[in-house]
Parts: sequence; structure tokens; C-alpha cells
Amino acid sequence: MDIIETKDVCVSYDKKLTIRDLSIRIPKGQITTLIGPNGCGKSTLIRTIAHLLKPSKGTVFLDSQNITQKKISDIAKEMAVLPQTNNLANDLTVQELVTFGRIPYRKRFASMSNLDHEKIDWALEKASLQDLRTRRLSTLSGGQRQRAWIAMAIAQDTDTIILDEPTTYLDLTHQLDVMLLIKELNEKEHRTIIMALHDLNHASRFSDQLIAIKKGQLQVSGPVQKVITQQNLRNIFDIDAKIIEDNSKPMILTYDRWRGETV
Amino acid sequence: MNQRLKFSIHLIVSLLLLAILIILSIRFGANKNESSTVFNAIFHFQKNNVDQQIIRNIRIPRVIGAVLIGVALAGSGVLMQSITKNPMADSGILGINSGAALMLTVSFAFFPHLSTQGTTIFSILGAAFTSILVFVISSLKKSQMSPTILVLSGMAISAFFTAISEGLALLLHLKQDLAFWHFGGVSAVSWVQLKNLGPWIAIGIVILLFLAPSMNLLHLSDDSIKSLGRNINVIRILALICVVILSGISVSLVGAVAFVGLIIPHIAKFLIGTDYRQIIPLTLILGADLTVCADLIARTINPPNETPFGLIISLVGVPFFIYLARKDGNNA
Ligand SMILES: Nc1ncnc2c1ncn2[C@@H]1O[C@H](COP(=O)(O)OP(=O)(O)OP(=O)(O)O)[C@@H](O)[C@H]1O
Ligand SMILES: [Mg+2]
Repeated sequence: MDIIETKDVCVSYDKKLTIRDLSIRIPKGQITTLIGPNGCGKSTLIRTIAHLLKPSKGTVFLDSQNITQKKISDIAKEMAVLPQTNNLANDLTVQELVTFGRIPYRKRFASMSNLDHEKIDWALEKASLQDLRTRRLSTLSGGQRQRAWIAMAIAQDTDTIILDEPTTYLDLTHQLDVMLLIKELNEKEHRTIIMALHDLNHASRFSDQLIAIKKGQLQVSGPVQKVITQQNLRNIFDIDAKIIEDNSKPMILTYDRWRGETV
Repeated sequence: MNQRLKFSIHLIVSLLLLAILIILSIRFGANKNESSTVFNAIFHFQKNNVDQQIIRNIRIPRVIGAVLIGVALAGSGVLMQSITKNPMADSGILGINSGAALMLTVSFAFFPHLSTQGTTIFSILGAAFTSILVFVISSLKKSQMSPTILVLSGMAISAFFTAISEGLALLLHLKQDLAFWHFGGVSAVSWVQLKNLGPWIAIGIVILLFLAPSMNLLHLSDDSIKSLGRNINVIRILALICVVILSGISVSLVGAVAFVGLIIPHIAKFLIGTDYRQIIPLTLILGADLTVCADLIARTINPPNETPFGLIISLVGVPFFIYLARKDGNNA
């Protein structure tokens, strides 16, 4: 069962074609990660499947239904999105930010229900933010701030969670914590995860499916083992990688600039 | 302290301050009055008592005018700042007031016999036109425009429109009628004007209070708001309509007064935090506090002459603006 499918999707900014004829399928209940060089269109694709950008051509399906036929208030109950840059809201406290995650469930002037409070506490706990809940975002480190934004997405309590580079700004340990949290949401609660990552070893270790994009076009997609190969990495990133296997997942030991021909 | 309690205290204190300022304003002016005269003017009005007439026909409408202007300017300021996500936005600084003033000049020049309602519509049209212009300019660049650039375009628009207004006034010998509009002041506010313009401001304030809960969303980026299932464009358009009404009205009442809308929302946020359901009511009352106070100073500082009221506000506003600009520069 695919939760999201795109069919021949093209996306342009102004007149510049950024994504070209992209058709992908994202299976339900799995972790699917988009990889590709800077500027290849990962964020653009994420914004398109999250219904934040309109494709100039093609269709996005959410749960087999054309996404343009759904109400945005309903979509918000099906998927949560963490954008790549979050530099606003710095005056808010962590708790106030996470509270925004409950908006899809609230009528305009209603106050919060018990369930809302429960979900907020749960999200704060998941992101280990209980001690920071009254702190303003502007007083937090980049990593703590990032966790607050993730907590907001968690509080939205949707079956699908989309995260654009959730580990930027984080140190090794906190990167791992975030990835483990995402894995937990997927395994224990069967949430579908879609994300963009730059760390290929994390992508490989924590994902089920990978989608590799280059210059706005689909390069290769499928199970991790099929995508992370020496040949593919040459094509996608122009790198020559030494790949080993760890826990039956490919890991990159070291890499160099590829000087040969790409295919 | 409990946030609700904190909010209530701030609201009550600023209301009390407003009450005191209003009483002082009615009592003190170019000539001082006994409390009993003030009391009688309100409750036992005698038509042929000159002191009472001054109070009843000049001072009281003037004070009410000052309150309404403060509310309107601060209200449009808080909206502008949040919808443009720009801490330096204000209908004066973004040129909206000067657009309204230009259309007022046009109405004086070409339709000298227009009613108050008629000139007000001109003023609102001017405000609407300039708001659209500012927003078109700010959306030309796809990425978020830096606060400073938006402010600079606003100032350019403002200078341009003011120049046209002055040119028109000079050419058509309107200089006398318009002089006070450039400085701004509530000295000429009459009961008739209040009756005509009050309802507009009331409409603006109702929209504003209705928007308050949704304004909280504007802490987030457009992408985040949309992914929470809310349509931000509806909120933006309503807010813009509200700004246009409020600033159009205030210009037609007192001329282009800048900085009220800039300063007050910052003070309100500094006092009670980030929730617009609390920021907005407090902003409205603090706005009235500032304008009533400025008007009181304007007519008592150098009696019997009136110091322009806009000048007094600028005296506080300009340093504050520079402070904000510096703060913004340091963050960038
Ligand atoms: N708002 C925008 N307006 C115009 N062009 C844009 C906009 N956002 C992105 N682009 C362009 O579209 C292309 C794809 O950008 P996108 O942000 O999707 O890349 P990305 O794969 O997410 O890169 P990164 O790894 O750096 O996050 C880039 O060439 C970029 O310059
Ligand atoms: Mg990106």
C-alpha cells in the first residue's frame, strides 16, 4: 500500500523548472529517505508532496486520492511537516511552539481538550524537552531548537511525518537521538516517515527505502541495498565510495571525489 | 505569575492610566478649569457659559479623538508587524499614511465641497492603494524580504507621496488647510467628525479582535501554517482590510502620524509576551494612552501655542526606531 504517489510531477519556481517528470511511490508504514546533492530538489519535492507547492504538471496522490481534492484541514490530520528552515517563532516558548501542533484538531475559538494536553506532554517527553518547556526558543541551542520543532510535528499526531533534514545543527549524539526517535515512531507506532537527509550512513541505517534525486530528476529508488552502491553514488554525488556492510545495511567507510565518467 | 492574572493586571493598569490621562486632558489646556466646571459641562451643561462650551465642544471631542486615533494607529501597527513579519512595520513608516494624506490633498484640491464621509473615503482609498503597492513591492522578491528593505521602500513611497501632496498644495494654494495634516494633531476634531468616523474605527476594531486568535499563527512560516491546515491568506486579507480602514480613518482625522503603531506593539509584547489574544487588547489601550498623553503635552508645554502632536510622538518614536533598526542589524 502506498501512502503517497506522484505521477509525472513537474515543479517550477517562477519559470525555472526545478523538478522534472518525477514519479515516485512511498510505501505506508516505512521510512523513506530522499537523498541527493544540494539544490537537487529534495525540499521542493517535500513541499510538493506536502501540498505546500502546486506542481505545474502531474498529480500527487495521498492515500490514493488526488491531493488537490482534499481539504487542507484534513491533510493536516494525515501528515505533519517539518520544513528545512525554521527561523521564525523565536519569541515563543518550547511549550507554546509544541502547542501549535494541536491546531488541526481545534475549532477556531475552542480551548484545548485533555487529549491536546496529553499529546503535548507526550511530544515533549519524546523529544526530551520536559526541562526546557518554559524556555524561549531564542535562548536555546540550535539542536534544542530543532528538537522543539520536531516535538511540534510529533504533537500533530499524524500517521505520516515529513521531515526536511531533521538533524541539521545537531551533534553526533543528538543526531543519533533524533534518528532513534524517528525509528521508534515508525516501529512502535507504525507511522510513515518521509525525510531528506545528507548523512548517507544514517539514511542507510535507518531507512527502508531511498529515493535518490539529481538535478530534479529521479536517479534511482528502492530498498537501501539497491540504492547505495558504488556506481549509484558516482552518478548521484560524483563520489567514489568505499562501501562495507554492517547489520546487512551498506555503510560508507570513506570516499573521494570521482574523477571518471558518470553514466 | 499566572499569565491570565498578569494580563488582567496590565490591562487594568493601562485602563486606569487612560482614565487619569483623559481627566487631566479635559481639565488642562491652554486655560485651566476648575473641576466643578468640568463636572458641570458634562452633567449640567449651560449653553452660554464659555468655559463649559470649550470643554464640551472642543476638549471632549478632542480627547475622544485622541483615544480613537491611538487605538486605530496602534491596532494597525500590530497587524502590519505581524502580517509582514517585520518588527519595524507601521502604517506611517510603510508609507500608507502618506498615501492616505495624498488622496486627502487631492480631495481638497479638486472636490473642495465634499462631506466628511466623502473625504474619508478618499483617505481610505489612498491607504488601500498604498498598502497594495507596498505588498506588491515586498512580494516581488520570492524570498522573505529583509525588514530594512521593506522599510526603505516604504520610506521612499512616503517621501514620494508627501512631495506630490506638497506640490499640489503649493500649486493650488492649499498650504494653510493642509499644514496641520503634515504635523498631525487632534485639535480640530469635532463631534461631527467623531460621529462620522467613529463607526469605521469600531468596525476596524471588531475585525481586529476577531482576528486576534488567528494572529498567533503568524509566529510560524507560511509553510508551517498551511501544513497545520489553516489558510493564512484569508487572515492576511482581513488584516490588510483592517489596516486600510484604521489608517485611512486616522489620517483623515488627524493627518499622518507615524510611530504610534511602531512603538506600542513592542511595548505590549515586552509586557505580556507572545499571545496575540492578549497583545492586541493591550496594544489598543496603550495606543490610546500614548496619544492622549502626547496631546496633553502638545497643548500644555508651551501655552497658549500648540506644539504639533506628531512632533511629540516622533520625539519618542525616532530614538525607538533607531534602537529597533540597530537590533535588527545585529541579528542579521
Ligand atoms: N523559493 C524558491 N524560489 C526560487 N528558486 C528556489 C526556491 N527554493 C528553491 N529554489 C531552487 O530550486 C532548486 C532546488 O532547491 P531545493 O531547496 O529543493 O534543493 P534541496 O535538494 O533541498 O537542497 P539542500 O540539500 O541544499 O537543502 C535549487 O536550484 C534552488 O535554488
Ligand atoms: Mg533542502
